[in-house]
Amino acid sequence: MSRAFFNVYYALMTTYRAEIFFWAIATSLPLIMMGIWVQAGASGAFEGFTSVDAARYFIAVFVIRQLTICWVIYEFEFNVVSGRLSAWLLHPVDPSWRFIMMHVGEQATRMPFSILFIGLSLFIFPEALWGAGNEGPWLPQWWRVLLAIGCGYLAFLLRFLIQYTTAMFAFWIERVSALDAINMLPYIFLSGMIVPIQTLPPALQEVILWTPFPYMLWFPAMLIAAPPEAMPIELIIRGLITIACWLGAFLLVSRALWKRGLHHYSAMGA
Amino acid sequence: MKRYSKTLWVFWSASISAEMEYRANFALAALSSLASLGGGLFALWALLRTEYAMNGWSFNQALIVVGIYTMLDGLQQTLLAPNRQQISEFVRQGTLDFVLLKPIDSQFWLSARKVSIWGVPNIFLGLGLIFYAASFRLEPAVQPVNYFYLLVPLTAGIMIYYALGYLLSTLTIWFTKLANITHAMHALLEAGRYPIAAYPGAYRVFFTFVLPVAFMTTVPADVLLGRGEVAWVLGGLAIAGVLMITARLFWRYALRFYTSASS
Repeated sequence: MSRAFFNVYYALMTTYRAEIFFWAIATSLPLIMMGIWVQAGASGAFEGFTSVDAARYFIAVFVIRQLTICWVIYEFEFNVVSGRLSAWLLHPVDPSWRFIMMHVGEQATRMPFSILFIGLSLFIFPEALWGAGNEGPWLPQWWRVLLAIGCGYLAFLLRFLIQYTTAMFAFWIERVSALDAINMLPYIFLSGMIVPIQTLPPALQEVILWTPFPYMLWFPAMLIAAPPEAMPIELIIRGLITIACWLGAFLLVSRALWKRGLHHYSAMGA
Repeated sequence: MKRYSKTLWVFWSASISAEMEYRANFALAALSSLASLGGGLFALWALLRTEYAMNGWSFNQALIVVGIYTMLDGLQQTLLAPNRQQISEFVRQGTLDFVLLKPIDSQFWLSARKVSIWGVPNIFLGLGLIFYAASFRLEPAVQPVNYFYLLVPLTAGIMIYYALGYLLSTLTIWFTKLANITHAMHALLEAGRYPIAAYPGAYRVFFTFVLPVAFMTTVPADVLLGRGEVAWVLGGLAIAGVLMITARLFWRYALRFYTSASS
């Protein structure tokens, strides 16, 4: 059944290829930030963060960002306000599943564009691949790459759940997507998309690592981009536990809100 | 001309009273503008807290770039974005017909019909930051007359912003569903949060000649700092003029391909 959903949404998304191309551009902020930090890294003012590190880091951030694009809150709001959700409630499958497959379908359509942008950045900074000076070529351990992709999908799930939890308020208030702006801000600034967290003072890093945000980009990206010493096993285990806790918390809250919201929704007689 | 200014007045008062329905959202927008500026300052601090010199831009000088970016962003949220978002909707539903039939220039109608109060907090935050950085943080403070000179490159910057947005929106005549084009352009323009000198060579070329972000924030900031170069200011004006004319011609050309919905 998920296969059927995927086929439907993949077909739907490919119809709007041009729009998806613009989505790929809209999410290329990491590549802009790469320019800023490659330049900063070249100055040598950041210990253990050269311009090669910066290029690899932001390319990895871009890759993870492409796996974690999420707009379910807008979709959900639209479906509640327009009453479309009613039809979906009659299907014997939870609507959240439909939303997830919609995202996966869009991701598959966006893939060629993403690869194009990665190719372009490697063309601008070939040093990211071959290294400059003593860094050596970019060869992350295979299990770290696999783990990073796995964590990338966990990160997607986390973003999805946070948005889905917020989206539940659409049952009570009209313009719930305005609330997403409030989610978005800490995500942009604390996820490592703009500021590589490893360059911050240690005390600040420690605080940020307790929030869910760095696990949405920084953590998976570091698995691919950073040398193993910068990402020791303890840190990886700590990260996985933190992700699991946040995922669990948001899953519980969103399910509880879904149940209560649904009562409210049917009470409106939609 | 008088007819147009009168129409503009009617358009704007109508859309402001419509927006007043969502007063609570305005508080939310103000809050998120403030947080967004805070985040931008955090990012700048993270970059410049060490001895990194950023090609001769100090933290206080870079604050002016952030201020100009914030203000421009507020202006576009207020004046440009609400209109740009409609164009694609009109094309998709075929309601562009009604706009074309009106006894007023269609580009004017599509560019000025709506105004939104959401960007107002950003305009004031940006202005405040520019003034605070330029007159209180910088040693020595900038010459007051420079605020006056600032208007020239700033006008060019706003024109570039408008023309680029309109050019991209015109593409919807062919592609129909391009509502997110605003997001795409906005994302690229975020490069303007930093002075152009903070980027490597290839980026500088791109943000000067392909997507002229340099003329929107860096050139005005240089002028305010009293180190602007006439060539850059004139170049900005020239690019603004060319883009405005191109946007106009391209719109006329695109209309020939508009087939309306279901006809």
